[in-house]
Amino acid sequence: MSKGTEQQTDRSNGKVIKKLVLVVFAMFGFGFALVPLYDVFCDITGLNGKTNDVAVAYKNDGIDTTRTVKVQFITRMAKGIPWQFEPVINEILVHPGEVKFVNFYAKNKSKRDIIGKAVPSVSPGIAGGYFQKIECFCFTHQPLKAGEEVEMGLQFYVDIDLPSEINTLTLSYTLYEISAKVDS
Amino acid sequence: MTTETINESLDDAHNDDHHDHKMTGIKRWLYTTNHKDIGTLYLWFSFIMLLTGGALAMVIRAELFQPGLQIVEPDFFNQLTTVHGLIMVFGAIMPAFTGFANWMLPMMIGAPDMALPRMNNWSFWILPFAFAILLGSFFMESGAPNFGWTFYAPLSTTYSNGSTAFFVFAVHIMGISSIMGAINIVVTIMNLRAPGMTYMKMPLFVWTFFITAYLLIAVMPVLAGVVTMLLTDTYFGTSFFDAAGGGDPVMFQHIFWFFGHPEVYIMILPAFGIVSTIIPAFSRKKLFGYSSMVYATSSIALLSFIVWAHHMFTTGMPLFGELFFMYCTMLIAVPTGVKVFNWVATMWRGSLTFETPMLFSIAFVILFTIGGFSGLMLALTPVDFQYHDTYFVVAHFHYVLVTGSLFSIYAGAYFWLPKWTGHMYNESLAKWHFWCSLISVNLLFFPMHFLGLAGMPRRIPDYALQFADFNKWVSIGGFAFGLSQLIFLAVVIKCIKGGKKAPAKPWDGAEGLEWTVASPAPYHTFSTPPKID
Ligand code: HEM
Ligand SMILES: [Cu+2]
Repeated sequence: MSKGTEQQTDRSNGKVIKKLVLVVFAMFGFGFALVPLYDVFCDITGLNGKTNDVAVAYKNDGIDTTRTVKVQFITRMAKGIPWQFEPVINEILVHPGEVKFVNFYAKNKSKRDIIGKAVPSVSPGIAGGYFQKIECFCFTHQPLKAGEEVEMGLQFYVDIDLPSEINTLTLSYTLYEISAKVDS
Repeated sequence: MTTETINESLDDAHNDDHHDHKMTGIKRWLYTTNHKDIGTLYLWFSFIMLLTGGALAMVIRAELFQPGLQIVEPDFFNQLTTVHGLIMVFGAIMPAFTGFANWMLPMMIGAPDMALPRMNNWSFWILPFAFAILLGSFFMESGAPNFGWTFYAPLSTTYSNGSTAFFVFAVHIMGISSIMGAINIVVTIMNLRAPGMTYMKMPLFVWTFFITAYLLIAVMPVLAGVVTMLLTDTYFGTSFFDAAGGGDPVMFQHIFWFFGHPEVYIMILPAFGIVSTIIPAFSRKKLFGYSSMVYATSSIALLSFIVWAHHMFTTGMPLFGELFFMYCTMLIAVPTGVKVFNWVATMWRGSLTFETPMLFSIAFVILFTIGGFSGLMLALTPVDFQYHDTYFVVAHFHYVLVTGSLFSIYAGAYFWLPKWTGHMYNESLAKWHFWCSLISVNLLFFPMHFLGLAGMPRRIPDYALQFADFNKWVSIGGFAFGLSQLIFLAVVIKCIKGGKKAPAKPWDGAEGLEWTVASPAPYHTFSTPPKID
């Protein structure tokens, strides 16, 4: 191969490599961009059973007394948190648009102070966007001293335009210990 | 062919002035930038990994020989399945294809070497470190990764046994190696083709590696990203996948499978290339539908980016999502079907002979198609609710990966061994390897379909009594298949040491520039580009 052509290939090698390396970095970035994109996507489409994580004001569109929806409550303790945490009532019947208030009971059964956080999720996932929380203990942390117990309130309503095929909603709370994360 | 003699004499002349640069002993292999040496290194490395991963599988099958816990603890069993999967995917199949790329691509396009020889040396030599870390973790206090080759969060974060860091660093190194290898392949194919070799004149083998390299460049960085998130979630308090901190474990699966599905095509497209080279050679006909093969390969690659959630049908996706991913997945079966059709059409009315490379290729076509069919069954959302996470899935991906990818690798190895070593391999021993493998591999994987349909879950060290008979047969098939691979080792060693001298072109139906150079291929080939007409 003559000198001339060799140099030429080297130059265009450089160009191709630059482009490919750019793609590599772009795709690495894209992996991370998927994280916010995922949240935005779930927000817009209301998929994933995520509910609002800041309080919403009650929007008075009337109450649909012709429909009754059953809302069930379940709780779960993440690994290692020594609390008792359960709904005071297990289920409640509501009309879409009607505001209800329910309580959850929590007790720190251990001998140390623990900060907990309850993360809600609604099933079926599509209903997450229609379950509106006006006030919820899950908007903040729950610091409980050793042995302390509390009742924590949740005020909510179900949107009047909840799809008609949905008659039962299950709201599930998973309780995590976040003491270490809050302290630091 | 007239170019043949010219090339050979040119190569001989070149050999002489280059030979003094060739180092000897271990240094030759450590410092080599020669594509043939590096190809050899990759191929040996991948074979060693195949035996290592195979040894782990033997322990798995020994444990599953009978119901009950006999040999290993459940946690260690999980480590075995995890590391087996990782080794086979990243250590055996992928490096084997990179080995083929290194050996064959420059010769097929008439280039003197890969475009970036020094980077080539690096991309191989970091690999052993990655697998040393991965395998070394068996001897650490934590034990090896036990969360499955798919390393779902929170199994690999909150519930990790402490091996996550080893795992992440190993995967990072494998990823960097693959990305460097892929960049090298793309640059080589774009810039070093012999004058006159237009894209549509490239052998299909070259096309499939070209497209695979793009897939690697697109998705390996996503894998690097997701394992980085795993690392920071586990050790630095971030919450990408931790619901307590506002993250979401289901998002892990989305990001992982966005990499994971294209990854399965990374492991099968090169196989398509190899088989598309061999079937025409032993049918003594041109490949049927060359350009449709190119377009089919490209569309498979493109579609592979929009089907990932077929691995997640049971995560509670909304109906629209389930349908979207179901139809997109079934769409991939169309270009795949085109390929199978073209291979069969190539054989149609050809003058077939059945040397070992052809036997492995025909077995590939039939058995890969079985794997494609079980894939289609899994792609049907409603039935996947039954099949998901059962042995049916295990059967599916072993048909596409073992009788698919691995069989194509064997086919290619037998096909080009004469070119690599200069000797013909022992045909009757090779046929033993083929028939033993063929029978045992089906005994190993076919009953798994029924086990899965009957409800046996995957990744368990113990099982209900009604699965006992089938599992016994599966284990026997497993041991037989494992042993059969030692025949291959024997064939290769014999072939390197001696055997009938191979002519430049030992297969009369074979086509391509690699057959215009002598066997064994001289250390430097095509220092002057050949003329393509
Ligand atoms: C016709 C083409 C194919 C279709 C329709 C298909 C479909 C599927 C589906 C739906 C699953 C998920 C099953 C479940 O977890 O419930 C799956 C799993 C899998 N497929 Fe395929 N597939 C095809 C080809 C391939 C090929 C060519 C490969 C690799 C060479 C492959 C490798 C895998 C692997 C490794 C898994 C299991 C992943 C895991 O959960 O560990 N598939 N396939
Ligand atoms: Cu897939």
